[in-house]
Amino acid sequence: MTTIFLRGVSKTFGDVPVIRSIDLAIGDGEFAVFVGPSGCGKSTLLRLIAGLEDATAGRIEIDGADVTDVPPAKRGLSMVFQSYALYPHMSVRGNIGFGLRMAGEPKDVIRQKVEKAAAILNLTALLDRKPRQLSGGQRQRVAIGRAIVREPKAFLFDEPLSNLDAALRVQMRLEIAQLHESLARTMIYVTHDQVEAMTLADKIVVLQAGIIEQAGTPLELYHHPVNLFVAGFIGSPKMNFFATEVGAVDPRGVTVAMPGGHQVTVPVEPGSVRPGAKVTLGVRPEHLKPGDHGDLAGEVQVAERLGGETFLYLGIPGGQMIVVQADGDNPTRVHDRIAIRIDPETCHLFDADGRAIPRLRRHPLADMRHPTSQAN
Amino acid sequence: MATRQTRAAARAAVAPSVLVLFLWMIVPLGMTIYFSLLRYNLLDPGNESFIGFLNYEYFLTDPAFLAAFGNSLKLVGAVLAISVVGGILFALLLDQPFFGRGIVRLMVIAPFFVMPTVSALVWKNLLMHPVSGLFAWIAKSFGLEPIDWFADAPLTAVSLIVAWQWLPFATLILLTAIQSLDEEQKEAAEMDGTPPVSFFFYIVLPHLARAITVVILIETIFLLNVFAEILVTTNGGAATNIPFLVYAQALLQFDIGGASAGGIVAVILANIVAFFLVRMIGRNLEA
Amino acid sequence: MARAVSLRRKSLTTAAAWLFGFLIFFPILWMVLASFKTELEAFSTPPKFLFFDWTIENYGIVQERSDYLRFATNSIILAVGSTLVSLVFAVPAAWAMAFSPGKRTKDLLLWMLSTKMMPPVGALIPIYLLFRDGGLLDTRVGLIAVLFLLDLPIIVWLLYTYFKEIPGEILEASRMDGATLWREIVYVLTPMAVPGIASTVLLNIILAWNEAFWTLNLTTSDAAPLTVFIASYSSPEGLFWAKLSAASTMAIAPIMVLGWFSQRQLVRGLTFGAVK
Repeated sequence: MTTIFLRGVSKTFGDVPVIRSIDLAIGDGEFAVFVGPSGCGKSTLLRLIAGLEDATAGRIEIDGADVTDVPPAKRGLSMVFQSYALYPHMSVRGNIGFGLRMAGEPKDVIRQKVEKAAAILNLTALLDRKPRQLSGGQRQRVAIGRAIVREPKAFLFDEPLSNLDAALRVQMRLEIAQLHESLARTMIYVTHDQVEAMTLADKIVVLQAGIIEQAGTPLELYHHPVNLFVAGFIGSPKMNFFATEVGAVDPRGVTVAMPGGHQVTVPVEPGSVRPGAKVTLGVRPEHLKPGDHGDLAGEVQVAERLGGETFLYLGIPGGQMIVVQADGDNPTRVHDRIAIRIDPETCHLFDADGRAIPRLRRHPLADMRHPTSQAN
Repeated sequence: MATRQTRAAARAAVAPSVLVLFLWMIVPLGMTIYFSLLRYNLLDPGNESFIGFLNYEYFLTDPAFLAAFGNSLKLVGAVLAISVVGGILFALLLDQPFFGRGIVRLMVIAPFFVMPTVSALVWKNLLMHPVSGLFAWIAKSFGLEPIDWFADAPLTAVSLIVAWQWLPFATLILLTAIQSLDEEQKEAAEMDGTPPVSFFFYIVLPHLARAITVVILIETIFLLNVFAEILVTTNGGAATNIPFLVYAQALLQFDIGGASAGGIVAVILANIVAFFLVRMIGRNLEA
Repeated sequence: MARAVSLRRKSLTTAAAWLFGFLIFFPILWMVLASFKTELEAFSTPPKFLFFDWTIENYGIVQERSDYLRFATNSIILAVGSTLVSLVFAVPAAWAMAFSPGKRTKDLLLWMLSTKMMPPVGALIPIYLLFRDGGLLDTRVGLIAVLFLLDLPIIVWLLYTYFKEIPGEILEASRMDGATLWREIVYVLTPMAVPGIASTVLLNIILAWNEAFWTLNLTTSDAAPLTVFIASYSSPEGLFWAKLSAASTMAIAPIMVLGWFSQRQLVRGLTFGAVK
């Protein structure tokens, strides 16, 4: 049972506050991903949990015990570093077994555990090599091996895939997901890549400038982002945003005007805004349907063809450029005029402060949670 | 990266070195200042008396002081000029591809590692000796009078020896700097059709500016304190510089008071030179 | 300017480089040659370059007569001894500065380096008198102490730069693996720092071996190293050049070899990082 609680944790470096009073709960066996732009504090938060940095304020609890002042060696956690941080003067075997050596385990036990971990990660043939003789992906596995062999209470990953090329990244992502399945341990994973976050996480924690913007399941963040930042951060390509005004309010939702005149009634709670208020409408590229007739028309300025899908960049009335995701077989060419249909169910509305206006109905998949997930 | 535990250990780890160096700085300097205010001669011990700044007055008004000061400056200036210019030339040469680069590099670097006393004696006896030295033979082969280096031009002779010793240092530093010149800059210049001389003056030299200033700064610090070469070749005489003057007064004339004043003057002069150098050069010592 | 250079150009450069390199190296070469000549031939005119009676008698004579071995031993003891003492102080200090830098670490480092800029004459008199009164004149202990203080700033600086190059994450990984501070230093830091420490030791032995100012002034016979030994040949007694050359060759030989290996450390150590 490894639960991790952060209560009011802050961290300042000199005068600069990097983490501002964060409360977070991670349940046993949950895969939590910290994600956010550079400088948001996600790595710092991870290092605070690891014990590699001291918290300026607040408490960190692991399994109910206050570990705020406990050194990293005694917290019972393992970490996989972005640069792998392998010991260059030791062989793979030595690297993986180092933690066990430090714990004073007898030699034959160490050898057994090392060989077991190596087998899981396909490293058996490389056990006697030195790190400099290994490829990036192999080093990554050694780093993971070193982490799992100690059977820690939880695993910490600090952007482990950033230094790998794209193909390898996809493969390792799969392996990490499978590892989580088989080990069933709590994992905390830091990345700036929202695709990694969406695919691996049970719970995503979106951070910006030292605070948590939103924490929830991937689909919860996708369908119910609480503000503009989260809405724009999750999903690639980014959500399209339209600055507009509230036209009318009624029990079905809030009606706003699109560029070009078409009116959309978005099914969100009508009580929080009044006609005339400035709002932002958001629609994801994948929810805009291109065709001959529609609610909005524009001229295609760039067409990105990936084969399986096509991204069309449209210039619409008002000068803005939006992105539409079309089928891979869509024959539209640059300078063609096309129309797109907007489904109000897929629209989001944000008030003048950037906060999302709550939807009337929750998406059915948004509430699929990890069994031990805790509310913050 | 640092946490509370490591920080306390860190302070304890640095303390002994700081303490030891601090004492090394303060104690001798303090004592020298103290002695400089006394009349203190080793031949007449027990009769020290406080005489204020008299020692300084004697030292600074002694004609030997001005001569020594002049020599110090001339020596530093000459060696700097030779080693920097020579260093640039050799660095450029060694940067070129040619056969046996490793060996030539070895030959050029070697003099720096020779003991000062050995350099001085080899130059004095084997090369510069007016009767049987090699230079004398070369001169006579051309029908010229051999130069009696240490009698007629002792400072020049010493400067040559010291320059020979420091040329490798300058070369090595400047070579390292040249080799750090971005290959892509060279290629861009080539694409632009830059002639070699312009390339040198507009691209290489500015890039070297920092290294040159470092060489000048470091060499000046060491050159102000040249001692062994002078001791071994002329034992002072017309080539006396400030350090030698102080040494002579202290250990040859046993005038502790006077020599101490001289020592302090040397320290002050060194600080002044260093101050101006650093000012002129800007922030070049990176920690 | 890069890539393939014409053979003609390469040959011209080769000739020029060898010529100038040879000119610079010549005094050393000349000295080594002289060491193999008889005294008569050593200063004969015209000087003989290669065709003379090669002999090794000078080396033998120098060994017997002037107890060369004692001076050499002193050189070794002083150079190695002061280096070791410096390491004891410098390794912890450099470790602390590299891994737990405070606000004033850089200033501290600069200050340490600045102690090397003090003219030695400023300290000569008190040190001489202190040594005389403390019975430290002409003792190896005394000299090791002085050399140690001269070496310390450079050794701290060099080790600092080498330690800084060790990726901090590797040390953090060892902490996560359960290593206490002490074990982190012993099992991870030190093995990784060994090459850096070795090069620093090398450079320092060279600098200490060649240090002349203090060795000339504070020793006479017991603790005198090779610098003093050679200096004793400075009074002109004629007809001794071959022996001087032999003595000199022996005095500088070890350092010439070590020096070749420590070029990079030289740049790093004596330019305080301003040139990479």
